[in-house]
Amino acid sequence: MQRIKRTSKTRDFHQAKWNEPIIFELHQPGEKGVELPPVNNDVALAVGDGTSVIPEAMQRRNKPNLPEIGQARVLRHYLRLSQETLGSDFNVEIGQGTCTMKYIPKINELLVRDPKMMELHPLQDEGTVQGMLEIFHNLDLCMREISGMDYFSFQPSSGTQALFAMASIVRKYHESRGEGEKRDEIITTIFSHPSQAATAAVKGYKIITLHPDENGFPDIEKLKAAVSERTAGFVVANPEDTGIFNPRIKEFTDIIHQAGGLCFYDQANANGLLGMTRAKEAGFDMCFFNLHKTFAAPHMCGGPATGALGVIAGLKEFLPAPIVEHHDGRYSLQYDLEHSIGKVRSFHGVAQTVLRAYAWIRALGADGLKEVAKIAVLNNNYMYHKVLAIRGASAPYVLGHRLEQVRYSWEQMTLETGVTTEDVTLRMTDFGLHYWTSHHPYIVKQPFTLEPTESYSKEDLDEYIHALEQISQEAYENPEIVKTAPHTSTIHKMDEQDFLENPEKWCISWRSYLKKTQACETVK
Amino acid sequence: MSQKVHPYIPNMVPEVQAEMLKVIGAESIMELYSCIPEELQFKEEMKLPPSLTEYELRRHIEGLLNKNTSTKENLNFLGAGCWQHFIPAVCDEINQRSEFLTAYAGEPYEDHGRFQALFEYQSLVAELVDMDVVNVPTFDWGQAAATAVRMAARITGRNRVLLAKSVAPERSKIMINYGTPDLQFEFVQFDTQSGAMDLADLKAKLTDDVAAVYFENPSYLGFIEAQGPEISKLLKGNDSLMVVGVDPISLGVLAPPSHYGADIVCGDLQPLGMHMNFSGGQAGFIATRDEVKFVQEYPSRLFGIVPTVKEGEYGFGDVAYERTSFALREKGKESVGTQTALWGITAGVYLALLGPEGMQEVGQTIMQNSQYAVQQLNQLTGVTGSRLESPFFKEFIVDFNQTRLSVEQINQRLIEKKIFGGKDLSQEFPEFGQSALFCVTEVHTKEDIDHLVQSIKEILTK
Repeated sequence: MQRIKRTSKTRDFHQAKWNEPIIFELHQPGEKGVELPPVNNDVALAVGDGTSVIPEAMQRRNKPNLPEIGQARVLRHYLRLSQETLGSDFNVEIGQGTCTMKYIPKINELLVRDPKMMELHPLQDEGTVQGMLEIFHNLDLCMREISGMDYFSFQPSSGTQALFAMASIVRKYHESRGEGEKRDEIITTIFSHPSQAATAAVKGYKIITLHPDENGFPDIEKLKAAVSERTAGFVVANPEDTGIFNPRIKEFTDIIHQAGGLCFYDQANANGLLGMTRAKEAGFDMCFFNLHKTFAAPHMCGGPATGALGVIAGLKEFLPAPIVEHHDGRYSLQYDLEHSIGKVRSFHGVAQTVLRAYAWIRALGADGLKEVAKIAVLNNNYMYHKVLAIRGASAPYVLGHRLEQVRYSWEQMTLETGVTTEDVTLRMTDFGLHYWTSHHPYIVKQPFTLEPTESYSKEDLDEYIHALEQISQEAYENPEIVKTAPHTSTIHKMDEQDFLENPEKWCISWRSYLKKTQACETVK
Repeated sequence: MSQKVHPYIPNMVPEVQAEMLKVIGAESIMELYSCIPEELQFKEEMKLPPSLTEYELRRHIEGLLNKNTSTKENLNFLGAGCWQHFIPAVCDEINQRSEFLTAYAGEPYEDHGRFQALFEYQSLVAELVDMDVVNVPTFDWGQAAATAVRMAARITGRNRVLLAKSVAPERSKIMINYGTPDLQFEFVQFDTQSGAMDLADLKAKLTDDVAAVYFENPSYLGFIEAQGPEISKLLKGNDSLMVVGVDPISLGVLAPPSHYGADIVCGDLQPLGMHMNFSGGQAGFIATRDEVKFVQEYPSRLFGIVPTVKEGEYGFGDVAYERTSFALREKGKESVGTQTALWGITAGVYLALLGPEGMQEVGQTIMQNSQYAVQQLNQLTGVTGSRLESPFFKEFIVDFNQTRLSVEQINQRLIEKKIFGGKDLSQEFPEFGQSALFCVTEVHTKEDIDHLVQSIKEILTK
């Protein structure tokens, strides 16, 4: 036979399209999805119906208006929805910069389904959960090595919650020194995650945001101008979303310390830094790592997750309780922390993610972690050179190497063709690839943020680059194809109008949709 | 270059690295790190245990896990914020799917399924609580309650929050840390005989700066608070909002708080299909009416349904995105980020499987089993099966004060019999002395309950 030609550089892709109804439309009265454990006859004889003791005002009169659907149909519905979701297992997920989308080892998923993990109650006697506490403690020890911090809490269940916990510690720390009222400002930078500013504001702080200098570094002169006796703390990522490492970071933390503030390090994404540089040496008092980013726990559509929070010894007493301690061969939960901020999340946090991160570190060891960092940086700089060669693309600020990610710009392409970064987002889905722009505000114009991590091969990187190249070419030669995308996605372009902004039209539940569309029909 | 290529890191292949470095124009990977100044470079070796192959790793982790003994090998009566319930196999099948497990922040196009599943979750919980708006889930009940009272404070422009003294202490800690310093919190006493809120104390504290009153139903202590309508009336007269925390698995038989005047409802989704996971199964939800003043105060993502350019297609997107911290940083409503989306999808699957009949049935079975347990415990000398007089749902305070044994002693002896007794309340609620909060659900058989009662009897008579 003749050889089948496969010459296209981009993938001939079409996403699954099942056109599933909304689950309420599957309602068939009398059908049943599952049988429940029955009540024992003797129990029913002894206590009666169980519900007539409910006070009148507390009885539910109408059954909840849930659909009735057979089990196979429920399963099929959700399996189809899963196929209409492009998880990172399927996708060369370079396009979600700042989020460190890396390979999620299957062995870890197998381990977290062990009943001796899944079926543990958080209040079991310590003697019955020694293995679990040992895993928490072992991960704590690993994290100390990676960061130079002295104690870790795994209670915060995302980066945002870890940032909030750190802002809470800053407040409690200054209160413990009688400066709680006086120190009411937290300094951050514009290229750091929005949650840094947002969580500090929840904690009652006034936010001072530093913009970058002409090279993209946080501006040290602006920092000097911003610090005062009102400075409570400084929160920053390094590198920031631009992938530019601030080499003067120690000067920054020194300035803050001299002013009496605490420095906390957003290491949500530390993928390029493992074994290379640490929070401690840069002068930070606290840091956190997202276990669902650098440490290969899955993102799970957006949680549950863990923001592992590390502090220097002097701040241990401020951590949310309990923390795990190890004495004389026994692991225990320490609730007695003098200045504890209390709790940020119930019980112990997301234990599965703690187990996954520990397993991932054990699969790599110290040398392996350094390889992760090195290859993540290699991959990023390879992409950086390739992307800069694409017509209309650029990367503002300092020349030279970047660490694990880069914030690029299509500004030139947009000026020359009218094709925006949002258009590119939709066109990328036609190739089975995810692409994200940037957090707001768009300091870099027409932004996109690529982070290739260590998980992708050169061939994977080239596939992503080819897709960007093709879209650039289309933008200059046939922009309509980009502007009308997606073409091979599950759905066509949404007719958003003001359905998401107008209170008369937005529908945040099916019942709301039925009411609002019914009203609309009646008017017609 | 004898280093082995790790299976998770394909570009460790030396030839590939050389080719890539050539493109970059660098001699070595370390050259790419030249941006890190000498004094910040970590020159030591991290002291980590040696790396393990997949098989070794499995042996190691399973070895650690085998030091645990779980609720599968022991009979469990612990609840107190994390509960053991029946989990349909389909729930696990769906939340273990690669696509849902590894998806994150995809667009409403390539992640159409994620958006639809979460919109459906919102819609299913909306029916359960009988309200029109439900959020994409937050971390846990504590966070949901903390955000709910902050929403109430913004809506009313007031800053004082009254908490029922019967609220779970863990949750009130989360709420107080989250609200401080903007909000002031004060507790409203409860009647130690019934558990019910002390309305006289509520009236005394209900000043014109009170944004909201928060109570739980069924309460942390298990009892059903029947004064919802009265509390609501008092709050309406004061232009304060009523925020109620619920256990959603009770809502097939108990009236949803919206029926007795709640303005904001919150709770934990864990009972709806999540394994306990040593507390990794928690997920919080918030629900309100579809009014602008409420919707605009959610920090969470809210998915809405929209048409596409093709007739017959559903699309989904973020409603009122501009209110979030993603859009406005510190000027947004609180903050948003990774929370517990996969548990939201799972709770949706659970509700779709159980349907209206199933939710009613599970609520009823739980009540019958827990009442049976109290009835049997009451037959033990010195034990009061339910310390509080009010009806309860799945948890109840067992009073051991007359047994001359502490809860700690009893629980230790129960562990020897492979039973996890109730949560010792002597620290959190010293007014009840040596009492424990027991939890009985649909997973407990008559034999399980009889075995518990018999075991306590043996402990007390030995």
